Amino acid sequence: MTSDLSRRRFIGVAVTSGATALLPGGAVALTDAKARALVDQVVADINAVISSGQSLSGMIREFERIFIRYADVNIIARSTLGADARRISASQMRVFVEAFRGYVARKYGKRFNEFVGGRIEVKGVREVKSWHEVRSMAYLRGEAPFEVSFLVSDRSGEDLFFDMVIEGVSLRLSERTEIGAMLDRNNGDFDAMISDLRRAG
Amino acid sequence: MKILPQTPVPNLSRRSLAAAFLAAVVVLSGCAKRDPSLPPGEPFDPYEQTNRQVHEFNRSLDRAVIRPAGKGYSNFLPDDIETVISRFADNLALPGAVVNNMLQGNMRGATEDTYRFVVNSTVGLGGMLDPATELGMPDATEADFGQTLHVWGVREGGYMELPLLGPSTERATAGMVVDLFTNPLSFVLESPENYYGTAASVSSGLSNRGRFSDTIDSILYDSADSYAQARSFYLQNREFKLGNGREDDYLDPYDDPYSTVPEDPYDQ
Repeated sequence: MTSDLSRRRFIGVAVTSGATALLPGGAVALTDAKARALVDQVVADINAVISSGQSLSGMIREFERIFIRYADVNIIARSTLGADARRISASQMRVFVEAFRGYVARKYGKRFNEFVGGRIEVKGVREVKSWHEVRSMAYLRGEAPFEVSFLVSDRSGEDLFFDMVIEGVSLRLSERTEIGAMLDRNNGDFDAMISDLRRAG
Repeated sequence: MKILPQTPVPNLSRRSLAAAFLAAVVVLSGCAKRDPSLPPGEPFDPYEQTNRQVHEFNRSLDRAVIRPAGKGYSNFLPDDIETVISRFADNLALPGAVVNNMLQGNMRGATEDTYRFVVNSTVGLGGMLDPATELGMPDATEADFGQTLHVWGVREGGYMELPLLGPSTERATAGMVVDLFTNPLSFVLESPENYYGTAASVSSGLSNRGRFSDTIDSILYDSADSYAQARSFYLQNREFKLGNGREDDYLDPYDDPYSTVPEDPYDQ
Protein backbone atom coordinates (compact mmCIF):
# COMPACT_ATOMS: atom_id res chain seq x y z
CA MET A 1 0.00 0.00 0.00
CA THR A 2 2.64 2.47 1.08
CA SER A 3 4.96 1.48 -1.72
CA ASP A 4 2.07 1.76 -4.19
CA LEU A 5 1.29 5.28 -3.01
CA SER A 6 4.86 6.46 -3.15
CA ARG A 7 5.32 4.92 -6.58
CA ARG A 8 2.24 6.76 -7.80
CA ARG A 9 3.49 9.92 -6.26
CA PHE A 10 6.87 9.43 -7.85
CA ILE A 11 5.21 9.06 -11.26
CA GLY A 12 3.12 12.13 -10.57
CA VAL A 13 6.14 14.21 -9.71
CA ALA A 14 8.03 12.95 -12.75
CA VAL A 15 5.11 13.80 -15.08
CA THR A 16 4.66 17.24 -13.58
CA SER A 17 8.30 18.18 -13.79
CA GLY A 18 8.48 16.79 -17.32
CA ALA A 19 5.50 18.90 -18.34
CA THR A 20 7.06 21.98 -16.78
CA ALA A 21 10.26 21.39 -18.68
CA LEU A 22 8.37 20.91 -21.95
CA LEU A 23 6.23 24.02 -21.61
CA PRO A 24 8.35 27.08 -22.22
CA GLY A 25 7.07 29.93 -20.08
CA GLY A 26 5.10 27.59 -17.84
CA ALA A 27 7.61 28.01 -15.04
CA VAL A 28 8.33 31.65 -15.78
CA ALA A 29 4.77 32.93 -16.29
CA LEU A 30 4.25 36.69 -16.29
CA THR A 31 3.98 38.00 -12.75
CA ASP A 32 3.10 41.43 -11.41
CA ALA A 33 6.78 41.95 -10.70
CA LYS A 34 7.84 41.11 -14.26
CA ALA A 35 5.12 43.28 -15.80
CA ARG A 36 6.21 46.12 -13.58
CA ALA A 37 9.86 45.61 -14.47
CA LEU A 38 9.00 45.94 -18.17
CA VAL A 39 7.09 49.19 -17.62
CA ASP A 40 9.81 50.53 -15.30
CA GLN A 41 12.18 50.05 -18.22
CA VAL A 42 9.77 51.73 -20.71
CA VAL A 43 9.25 54.65 -18.34
CA ALA A 44 13.00 55.01 -17.70
CA ASP A 45 13.58 55.13 -21.48
CA ILE A 46 10.77 57.65 -22.00
CA ASN A 47 12.03 59.86 -19.15
CA ALA A 48 15.51 59.73 -20.67
CA VAL A 49 14.11 60.95 -24.02
CA ILE A 50 12.10 63.70 -22.32
CA SER A 51 15.15 65.06 -20.53
CA SER A 52 17.61 64.53 -23.41
CA GLY A 53 16.76 67.90 -24.96
CA GLN A 54 17.09 66.58 -28.51
CA SER A 55 15.23 67.75 -31.61
CA LEU A 56 11.67 66.71 -32.40
CA SER A 57 12.73 64.34 -35.19
CA GLY A 58 15.24 62.80 -32.79
CA MET A 59 12.50 62.26 -30.22
CA ILE A 60 10.21 60.65 -32.81
CA ARG A 61 13.02 58.23 -33.76
CA GLU A 62 13.62 57.41 -30.10
CA PHE A 63 9.92 56.83 -29.53
CA GLU A 64 9.76 54.42 -32.47
CA ARG A 65 12.71 52.52 -31.01
CA ILE A 66 10.97 52.25 -27.61
CA PHE A 67 7.73 51.18 -29.29
CA ILE A 68 9.41 48.42 -31.31
CA ARG A 69 11.39 47.14 -28.36
CA TYR A 70 8.72 47.02 -25.66
CA ALA A 71 5.35 46.94 -27.44
CA ASP A 72 3.74 44.09 -29.35
CA VAL A 73 3.33 46.09 -32.54
CA ASN A 74 2.06 43.04 -34.46
CA ILE A 75 -0.92 42.43 -32.24
CA ILE A 76 -1.74 46.14 -31.85
CA ALA A 77 -1.69 46.68 -35.61
CA ARG A 78 -3.66 43.51 -36.34
CA SER A 79 -6.34 44.30 -33.76
CA THR A 80 -6.92 47.79 -35.20
CA LEU A 81 -8.21 46.08 -38.35
CA GLY A 82 -11.06 44.37 -36.48
CA ALA A 83 -13.06 41.98 -38.64
CA ASP A 84 -11.16 43.19 -41.72
CA ALA A 85 -8.07 41.32 -40.46
CA ARG A 86 -9.72 38.22 -41.98
CA ARG A 87 -9.47 39.51 -45.54
CA ILE A 88 -5.94 40.94 -45.51
CA SER A 89 -3.19 38.92 -47.18
CA ALA A 90 -0.01 37.98 -45.33
CA SER A 91 2.14 40.27 -47.45
CA GLN A 92 -0.25 43.20 -47.08
CA MET A 93 -0.23 42.57 -43.34
CA ARG A 94 3.56 42.84 -43.22
CA VAL A 95 3.49 46.15 -45.08
CA PHE A 96 0.63 47.37 -42.90
CA VAL A 97 2.41 46.56 -39.62
CA GLU A 98 5.49 48.44 -40.80
CA ALA A 99 3.46 51.48 -41.95
CA PHE A 100 1.49 51.42 -38.70
CA ARG A 101 4.69 51.47 -36.66
CA GLY A 102 5.94 54.62 -38.37
CA TYR A 103 2.52 56.25 -38.12
CA VAL A 104 2.27 55.64 -34.35
CA ALA A 105 5.82 56.90 -33.84
CA ARG A 106 5.11 60.14 -35.74
CA LYS A 107 1.70 60.74 -34.20
CA TYR A 108 2.65 60.11 -30.58
CA GLY A 109 6.35 60.94 -30.80
CA LYS A 110 5.66 64.53 -31.79
CA ARG A 111 3.65 64.95 -28.58
CA PHE A 112 6.82 64.40 -26.57
CA ASN A 113 7.31 68.16 -26.70
CA GLU A 114 4.53 68.51 -24.14
CA PHE A 115 6.37 66.16 -21.80
CA VAL A 116 9.59 68.14 -21.75
CA GLY A 117 10.28 69.13 -18.15
CA GLY A 118 7.86 66.48 -16.89
CA ARG A 119 8.19 62.88 -15.75
CA ILE A 120 6.28 59.60 -15.45
CA GLU A 121 6.18 57.51 -12.26
CA VAL A 122 5.05 53.89 -11.98
CA LYS A 123 2.49 53.57 -9.17
CA GLY A 124 1.22 50.01 -9.06
CA VAL A 125 0.32 46.83 -10.88
CA ARG A 126 -2.63 44.42 -10.84
CA GLU A 127 -3.76 41.38 -12.75
CA VAL A 128 -6.80 41.90 -14.99
CA LYS A 129 -8.32 38.96 -16.84
CA SER A 130 -5.45 37.52 -18.91
CA TRP A 131 -3.09 40.49 -18.67
CA HIS A 132 -1.36 42.78 -16.17
CA GLU A 133 -2.16 46.46 -15.85
CA VAL A 134 0.70 48.69 -14.74
CA ARG A 135 -0.58 52.07 -13.57
CA SER A 136 1.58 55.17 -13.74
CA MET A 137 1.10 58.89 -13.32
CA ALA A 138 2.38 61.58 -15.68
CA TYR A 139 3.44 64.84 -14.05
CA LEU A 140 3.63 67.61 -16.62
CA ARG A 141 4.66 71.17 -15.99
CA GLY A 142 1.72 73.37 -14.98
CA GLU A 143 -0.89 70.65 -15.39
CA ALA A 144 -2.84 68.36 -13.10
CA PRO A 145 -1.21 64.89 -13.05
CA PHE A 146 -2.94 62.28 -15.19
CA GLU A 147 -3.03 58.50 -15.29
CA VAL A 148 -1.22 56.43 -17.92
CA SER A 149 -1.64 52.62 -17.82
CA PHE A 150 0.29 50.01 -19.74
CA LEU A 151 -1.34 46.63 -20.44
CA VAL A 152 1.28 43.88 -20.45
CA SER A 153 0.97 40.30 -21.71
CA ASP A 154 3.35 37.42 -22.36
CA ARG A 155 1.04 35.67 -24.81
CA SER A 156 3.33 36.54 -27.71
CA GLY A 157 6.07 34.52 -25.97
CA GLU A 158 7.72 37.67 -24.71
CA ASP A 159 6.73 40.20 -22.04
CA LEU A 160 5.42 43.14 -24.10
CA PHE A 161 2.78 45.83 -23.68
CA PHE A 162 -0.18 45.76 -26.08
CA ASP A 163 -1.92 48.97 -25.08
CA MET A 164 -1.30 52.32 -23.46
CA VAL A 165 -4.32 53.91 -21.77
CA ILE A 166 -4.33 57.63 -20.93
CA GLU A 167 -7.13 58.71 -18.56
CA GLY A 168 -9.20 55.77 -19.76
CA VAL A 169 -8.54 56.41 -23.46
CA SER A 170 -6.90 53.38 -25.08
CA LEU A 171 -4.36 53.92 -27.86
CA ARG A 172 -5.33 50.61 -29.44
CA LEU A 173 -9.10 51.26 -29.43
CA SER A 174 -8.69 54.85 -30.64
CA GLU A 175 -6.46 53.69 -33.49
CA ARG A 176 -9.00 51.00 -34.32
CA THR A 177 -11.55 53.80 -34.90
CA GLU A 178 -8.98 55.69 -36.96
CA ILE A 179 -7.83 52.76 -39.11
CA GLY A 180 -11.48 51.70 -39.58
CA ALA A 181 -12.32 55.21 -40.84
CA MET A 182 -9.32 55.21 -43.21
CA LEU A 183 -10.37 51.85 -44.58
CA ASP A 184 -13.97 53.08 -45.08
CA ARG A 185 -12.71 56.18 -46.83
CA ASN A 186 -10.84 53.93 -49.26
CA ASN A 187 -13.80 51.58 -49.74
CA GLY A 188 -12.02 48.75 -47.95
CA ASP A 189 -8.92 48.85 -50.17
CA PHE A 190 -5.95 47.86 -47.96
CA ASP A 191 -3.24 49.16 -50.28
CA ALA A 192 -4.87 52.60 -50.53
CA MET A 193 -5.39 52.69 -46.75
CA ILE A 194 -1.73 51.78 -46.19
CA SER A 195 -0.54 54.58 -48.46
CA ASP A 196 -2.80 57.01 -46.53
CA LEU A 197 -1.30 55.71 -43.31
CA ARG A 198 2.23 56.45 -44.54
CA ARG A 199 1.29 60.12 -44.95
CA ALA A 200 -0.72 60.40 -41.71
CA GLY A 201 0.43 61.15 -38.18
CA MET B 1 -18.62 89.45 -1.77
CA LYS B 2 -21.81 88.89 0.18
CA ILE B 3 -22.03 85.35 1.41
CA LEU B 4 -25.55 85.29 2.84
CA PRO B 5 -28.66 86.51 1.04
CA GLN B 6 -30.99 88.91 2.81
CA THR B 7 -34.00 86.75 2.10
CA PRO B 8 -34.21 82.95 2.27
CA VAL B 9 -33.83 80.98 -0.96
CA PRO B 10 -35.60 83.10 -3.56
CA ASN B 11 -38.75 81.78 -5.13
CA LEU B 12 -37.36 82.01 -8.60
CA SER B 13 -34.52 79.59 -7.79
CA ARG B 14 -36.90 77.15 -6.19
CA ARG B 15 -39.08 77.26 -9.26
CA SER B 16 -36.12 76.80 -11.59
CA LEU B 17 -34.95 73.90 -9.44
CA ALA B 18 -38.32 72.21 -9.83
CA ALA B 19 -38.24 72.92 -13.55
CA ALA B 20 -34.76 71.43 -13.86
CA PHE B 21 -35.79 68.23 -12.11
CA LEU B 22 -38.89 68.00 -14.25
CA ALA B 23 -36.82 68.49 -17.37
CA ALA B 24 -34.38 65.83 -16.20
CA VAL B 25 -37.17 63.35 -15.51
CA VAL B 26 -38.64 63.99 -18.97
CA VAL B 27 -35.26 63.51 -20.61
CA LEU B 28 -34.43 60.41 -18.59
CA SER B 29 -37.67 58.65 -19.31
CA GLY B 30 -36.70 59.16 -22.94
CA CYS B 31 -33.15 57.78 -22.58
CA ALA B 32 -32.78 55.30 -25.41
CA LYS B 33 -32.14 51.69 -24.51
CA ARG B 34 -28.98 50.07 -25.84
CA ASP B 35 -29.60 47.47 -28.53
CA PRO B 36 -28.57 44.15 -26.92
CA SER B 37 -27.20 42.87 -30.23
CA LEU B 38 -24.58 45.65 -30.28
CA PRO B 39 -21.15 44.12 -29.56
CA PRO B 40 -19.49 45.31 -26.31
CA GLY B 41 -17.19 48.26 -26.87
CA GLU B 42 -19.21 49.48 -29.88
CA PRO B 43 -20.66 52.96 -29.28
CA PHE B 44 -24.44 53.19 -28.88
CA ASP B 45 -25.28 56.04 -31.21
CA PRO B 46 -28.93 56.00 -32.32
CA TYR B 47 -28.84 59.72 -33.25
CA GLU B 48 -25.72 59.50 -35.39
CA GLN B 49 -27.20 61.41 -38.33
CA THR B 50 -28.23 64.45 -36.25
CA ASN B 51 -25.06 64.22 -34.19
CA ARG B 52 -22.92 64.38 -37.30
CA GLN B 53 -24.68 67.58 -38.39
CA VAL B 54 -24.05 69.12 -34.98
CA HIS B 55 -20.45 67.95 -35.21
CA GLU B 56 -19.98 69.76 -38.51
CA PHE B 57 -21.43 72.90 -36.93
CA ASN B 58 -19.14 72.62 -33.90
CA ARG B 59 -16.14 72.03 -36.09
CA SER B 60 -16.74 75.07 -38.26
CA LEU B 61 -17.41 77.15 -35.14
CA ASP B 62 -14.19 75.90 -33.61
CA ARG B 63 -12.22 76.67 -36.72
CA ALA B 64 -13.69 80.16 -37.13
CA VAL B 65 -14.03 81.35 -33.53
CA ILE B 66 -13.11 79.09 -30.62
CA ARG B 67 -9.73 77.85 -31.82
CA PRO B 68 -8.37 81.31 -32.68
CA ALA B 69 -9.94 82.77 -29.52
CA GLY B 70 -8.47 79.99 -27.39
CA LYS B 71 -5.04 80.42 -28.94
CA GLY B 72 -5.22 84.20 -28.67
CA TYR B 73 -6.41 83.96 -25.09
CA SER B 74 -3.72 81.49 -24.18
CA ASN B 75 -0.97 83.51 -25.87
CA PHE B 76 -2.25 86.82 -24.56
CA LEU B 77 -2.50 85.85 -20.90
CA PRO B 78 0.56 84.76 -18.95
CA ASP B 79 0.37 81.09 -17.93
CA ASP B 80 0.21 82.02 -14.25
CA ILE B 81 -2.93 84.09 -14.73
CA GLU B 82 -4.54 81.29 -16.73
CA THR B 83 -3.76 78.89 -13.90
CA VAL B 84 -5.32 81.27 -11.36
CA ILE B 85 -8.52 81.58 -13.41
CA SER B 86 -8.88 77.85 -13.92
CA ARG B 87 -8.26 77.24 -10.20
CA PHE B 88 -10.89 79.82 -9.36
CA ALA B 89 -13.39 78.04 -11.65
CA ASP B 90 -12.45 74.63 -10.20
CA ASN B 91 -12.94 75.91 -6.66
CA LEU B 92 -16.40 77.28 -7.43
CA ALA B 93 -17.39 73.88 -8.81
CA LEU B 94 -16.66 72.18 -5.47
CA PRO B 95 -19.94 72.92 -3.60
CA GLY B 96 -21.88 71.31 -6.46
CA ALA B 97 -19.57 68.29 -6.30
CA VAL B 98 -20.16 68.03 -2.53
CA VAL B 99 -23.93 67.87 -3.10
CA ASN B 100 -23.51 65.21 -5.77
CA ASN B 101 -21.18 63.15 -3.58
CA MET B 102 -23.82 63.20 -0.85
CA LEU B 103 -26.54 62.18 -3.30
CA GLN B 104 -24.30 59.28 -4.33
CA GLY B 105 -23.76 58.23 -0.72
CA ASN B 106 -20.06 59.03 -1.09
CA MET B 107 -19.59 60.75 2.28
CA ARG B 108 -15.84 60.46 2.08
CA GLY B 109 -15.77 62.32 -1.25
CA ALA B 110 -18.18 64.93 0.15
CA THR B 111 -15.96 65.50 3.17
CA GLU B 112 -12.76 65.66 1.10
CA ASP B 113 -14.28 68.17 -1.33
CA THR B 114 -15.62 70.25 1.58
CA TYR B 115 -12.18 70.44 3.20
CA ARG B 116 -10.64 71.32 -0.14
CA PHE B 117 -13.21 74.09 -0.66
CA VAL B 118 -12.68 75.49 2.84
CA VAL B 119 -8.88 75.44 2.59
CA ASN B 120 -8.70 76.88 -0.92
CA SER B 121 -11.37 79.53 -0.26
CA THR B 122 -9.59 80.80 2.85
CA VAL B 123 -5.86 80.12 2.79
CA GLY B 124 -6.03 79.95 -1.01
CA LEU B 125 -7.51 83.47 -1.21
CA GLY B 126 -10.91 82.58 -2.64
CA GLY B 127 -9.60 79.73 -4.77
CA MET B 128 -6.91 81.63 -6.66
CA LEU B 129 -4.21 79.48 -5.09
CA ASP B 130 -4.37 75.75 -4.54
CA PRO B 131 -2.88 75.04 -1.09
CA ALA B 132 -5.06 71.91 -0.80
CA THR B 133 -3.01 70.15 -3.48
CA GLU B 134 0.25 71.48 -2.08
CA LEU B 135 -0.70 70.08 1.34
CA GLY B 136 -1.25 66.70 -0.32
CA MET B 137 -5.02 66.65 0.24
CA PRO B 138 -6.97 64.18 -1.93
CA ASP B 139 -7.78 65.30 -5.49
CA ALA B 140 -11.15 66.88 -6.20
CA THR B 141 -13.78 64.23 -7.00
CA GLU B 142 -15.32 66.30 -9.83
CA ALA B 143 -18.66 64.59 -9.10
CA ASP B 144 -21.52 65.77 -11.30
CA PHE B 145 -25.21 64.95 -11.50
CA GLY B 146 -24.70 62.77 -14.57
CA GLN B 147 -22.48 60.59 -12.39
CA THR B 148 -25.13 60.65 -9.63
CA LEU B 149 -27.67 59.35 -12.14
CA HIS B 150 -25.20 56.60 -13.07
CA VAL B 151 -24.88 55.63 -9.39
CA TRP B 152 -28.66 55.61 -9.11
CA GLY B 153 -28.80 53.09 -11.93
CA VAL B 154 -30.13 55.31 -14.71
CA ARG B 155 -28.96 53.94 -18.06
CA GLU B 156 -26.50 55.97 -20.12
CA GLY B 157 -28.75 56.38 -23.15
CA GLY B 158 -27.47 57.26 -26.60
CA TYR B 159 -24.39 59.28 -27.47
CA MET B 160 -25.08 62.96 -28.18
CA GLU B 161 -23.00 65.77 -29.57
CA LEU B 162 -24.30 69.07 -28.21
CA PRO B 163 -23.92 72.39 -30.01
CA LEU B 164 -21.01 74.35 -28.48
CA LEU B 165 -20.60 71.94 -25.55
CA GLY B 166 -19.50 68.95 -27.61
CA PRO B 167 -19.68 65.22 -26.83
CA SER B 168 -22.13 63.95 -24.21
CA THR B 169 -24.67 61.19 -23.59
CA GLU B 170 -28.37 61.49 -22.85
CA ARG B 171 -27.71 60.83 -19.16
CA ALA B 172 -24.78 63.27 -18.94
CA THR B 173 -26.84 65.97 -20.68
CA ALA B 174 -29.71 65.59 -18.22
CA GLY B 175 -27.14 65.80 -15.41
CA MET B 176 -25.65 68.97 -16.85
CA VAL B 177 -29.05 70.66 -16.90
CA VAL B 178 -29.65 69.77 -13.26
CA ASP B 179 -26.14 70.87 -12.22
CA LEU B 180 -26.68 74.20 -13.93
CA PHE B 181 -29.74 74.95 -11.80
CA THR B 182 -28.73 73.36 -8.54
CA ASN B 183 -25.24 74.73 -7.93
CA PRO B 184 -25.47 75.70 -4.23
CA LEU B 185 -23.49 78.86 -4.93
CA SER B 186 -26.26 80.26 -7.10
CA PHE B 187 -28.54 80.17 -4.04
CA VAL B 188 -26.07 81.92 -1.80
CA LEU B 189 -24.54 84.47 -4.13
CA GLU B 190 -26.38 87.42 -5.58
CA SER B 191 -26.03 88.90 -9.02
CA PRO B 192 -23.46 89.71 -10.36
CA GLU B 193 -21.28 87.54 -8.08
CA ASN B 194 -23.11 84.42 -9.18
CA TYR B 195 -21.85 85.02 -12.73
CA TYR B 196 -18.21 85.01 -11.70
CA GLY B 197 -18.19 81.22 -11.71
CA THR B 198 -19.72 81.05 -15.18
CA ALA B 199 -17.32 83.67 -16.51
CA ALA B 200 -14.40 81.82 -14.95
CA SER B 201 -15.51 78.49 -16.48
CA VAL B 202 -15.84 80.06 -19.92
CA SER B 203 -12.34 81.57 -19.68
CA SER B 204 -10.99 78.36 -18.28
CA GLY B 205 -12.59 76.51 -21.21
CA LEU B 206 -10.97 78.89 -23.69
CA SER B 207 -7.70 78.53 -21.89
CA ASN B 208 -7.91 74.74 -22.18
CA ARG B 209 -8.68 75.04 -25.90
CA GLY B 210 -5.42 76.97 -26.21
CA ARG B 211 -3.35 74.77 -23.94
CA PHE B 212 -4.51 71.38 -25.21
CA SER B 213 -4.69 72.65 -28.74
CA ASP B 214 -2.49 69.84 -30.10
CA THR B 215 -4.71 67.09 -28.72
CA ILE B 216 -7.94 68.77 -29.82
CA ASP B 217 -6.53 69.67 -33.23
CA SER B 218 -5.41 66.10 -33.79
CA ILE B 219 -8.93 64.84 -33.09
CA LEU B 220 -10.84 67.52 -34.99
CA TYR B 221 -8.58 68.16 -37.97
CA ASP B 222 -6.07 65.34 -38.37
CA SER B 223 -8.23 62.24 -38.00
CA ALA B 224 -9.88 60.35 -40.82
CA ASP B 225 -13.30 60.66 -39.17
CA SER B 226 -13.24 63.37 -36.52
CA TYR B 227 -16.78 62.60 -35.40
CA ALA B 228 -16.03 58.94 -34.66
CA GLN B 229 -12.71 59.83 -33.01
CA ALA B 230 -14.29 62.46 -30.71
CA ARG B 231 -17.04 59.99 -29.81
CA SER B 232 -14.53 57.26 -29.00
CA PHE B 233 -12.40 59.61 -26.87
CA TYR B 234 -15.38 60.96 -24.95
CA LEU B 235 -17.03 57.61 -24.22
CA GLN B 236 -13.80 55.96 -23.10
CA ASN B 237 -12.84 58.87 -20.87
CA ARG B 238 -16.36 59.22 -19.44
CA GLU B 239 -16.37 55.54 -18.48
CA PHE B 240 -13.02 56.06 -16.76
CA LYS B 241 -14.30 59.10 -14.84
CA LEU B 242 -17.41 57.24 -13.72
CA GLY B 243 -14.99 54.81 -12.13
CA ASN B 244 -16.22 51.79 -14.05
CA GLY B 245 -13.72 49.06 -14.57
CA ARG B 246 -13.59 48.77 -18.33
CA GLU B 247 -12.61 45.13 -18.00
CA ASP B 248 -15.98 43.75 -19.12
CA ASP B 249 -15.91 45.58 -22.42
CA TYR B 250 -12.19 45.37 -22.96
CA LEU B 251 -11.28 42.17 -24.79
CA ASP B 252 -7.85 40.59 -24.84
CA PRO B 253 -6.57 41.19 -28.38
CA TYR B 254 -4.82 37.81 -28.24
CA ASP B 255 -8.30 36.24 -27.98
CA ASP B 256 -9.58 38.35 -30.83
CA PRO B 257 -11.99 36.25 -32.89
CA TYR B 258 -10.73 38.10 -35.95
CA SER B 259 -7.23 36.77 -35.54
CA THR B 260 -8.29 33.43 -37.02
CA VAL B 261 -6.43 34.36 -40.17
CA PRO B 262 -4.41 31.85 -42.16
CA GLU B 263 -1.17 33.04 -40.68
CA ASP B 264 -0.19 33.55 -37.06
CA PRO B 265 1.75 36.84 -36.82
CA TYR B 266 4.30 35.08 -34.65
CA ASP B 267 5.00 32.45 -37.32
CA GLN B 268 6.37 35.00 -39.73
